[in-house]
Amino acid sequence: MISRILLAEEVKNPLLPADYDIIWSSVVFVVLLTFFWFKVLPNFKKMLDERAKAIEGRLAEAEEAQKAAEHRTASVLAEQEQLRAEASSIREEAKAEGAQILAELKAQASSDAERLVEQGKNALIAERDAAARALQGEVGALAIELASRIVGAKLQEDAVANKVVDDFIAELEGKAAK
Amino acid sequence: MTAEAEEGEFHAPTIAEFYPPAFLFEGTPFEINRIMMIRLIVMVLLIVLFWLWTNKFRKSVKTGNVVPGRFQLLGEMALNFVRKSIAHDQLGEKDGERFLPLLTTIFFMVLGMNITGIIPFANIAGTSVVGVPLVLAAAAYVTFIYAGIRKHGLKFFKNSLFPSGVPVAFYTLVTPIEFLSTFILRPVTLALRLLMNMIAGHLLLVLCFSATQYFFFNAEGFMQLFGAGTLLFGFAFTLFEILVAVLQAYVFTLLTTVYIQLALADEH
Repeated sequence: MISRILLAEEVKNPLLPADYDIIWSSVVFVVLLTFFWFKVLPNFKKMLDERAKAIEGRLAEAEEAQKAAEHRTASVLAEQEQLRAEASSIREEAKAEGAQILAELKAQASSDAERLVEQGKNALIAERDAAARALQGEVGALAIELASRIVGAKLQEDAVANKVVDDFIAELEGKAAK
Repeated sequence: MTAEAEEGEFHAPTIAEFYPPAFLFEGTPFEINRIMMIRLIVMVLLIVLFWLWTNKFRKSVKTGNVVPGRFQLLGEMALNFVRKSIAHDQLGEKDGERFLPLLTTIFFMVLGMNITGIIPFANIAGTSVVGVPLVLAAAAYVTFIYAGIRKHGLKFFKNSLFPSGVPVAFYTLVTPIEFLSTFILRPVTLALRLLMNMIAGHLLLVLCFSATQYFFFNAEGFMQLFGAGTLLFGFAFTLFEILVAVLQAYVFTLLTTVYIQLALADEH
């Protein structure tokens, strides 16, 4: 082992390359150079270019979208304002209409009440008249009955006649009290 | 780890650590030992990982999905680290994209092969043998010279070797220094910085853990307590090696970028 190391040390100078060393180094270098040159870097660059393009495109798109959104927002706000104005005018109208309806109803109600009162009064008057008429008729009949009783009693005695008159009056009074 | 305590003797790790016996194609230029195998495994893992990420990228192109998932985001962060923090920052976007394949390859290859130094069962960095640092430094070297010539023609060499604003007589002094620093020291330091960091890191870890093994199982009495200390050191150095792995990958890539940037610069 030691002799082998010593022997190797005598032979080898780390600065002088062996032929296989140079060959394999060159092979690896050439393969990697070709690979990076023609495979990796072109694809890498293409990807970067595409990305730059895509990002630029998308930025423009985004700007446009932003503008559109702003526009839409403005129009929505205007519409909202308009709607609000409309709503408030509708409310005002409704209020006015409501007040009117209320006044009409009140007027109608009061006229109805007057009419009812009038009707009631008329009915009362009619009833009273009817009652008066009935009373008159009854009084007439009573007078006739009294007269006939007086005529009948005259034939007997004055005292009896007086008593008849008194009884009749008492009877009338009783009726009236009833 | 081949350096282990045996029979009560302690062997410090040697440079033989980095020359394990071949087990395939021995004696041919295609000899494969543990370290070569680790390199190939790292290569395969890198390809698989980035293949998965690439598929995610393609899928997101196809579906027009701009929101990456967690896994895809991780890949984007990794690739963007080299792309933005290194290439674009130093070279600008246009030149950065031009040299991105090389820079990306260097970064992930170095990082992947460095990190095997602390991965259990691998335990040695694929960059700790001189081949990979050398090949990558050569690639960086060729690339920055190519970049300079492509941009300035032969004036590139004149700009590099005869900096303007220097009296002509001084060129006898300045030109050799510039030549040495630009065309010799740059690639050499690139390769050596990485190689030596990885060699030293590996030897440190082997030293700590083989000492721990020795103290625990071969030392007498209270000497065994030293094992706890060396184990702690080994743990700390393992964490440190993670930092070194990332840092060296970053430094190697960044310096390559800076060299390219200097070659592209109009005036020196």
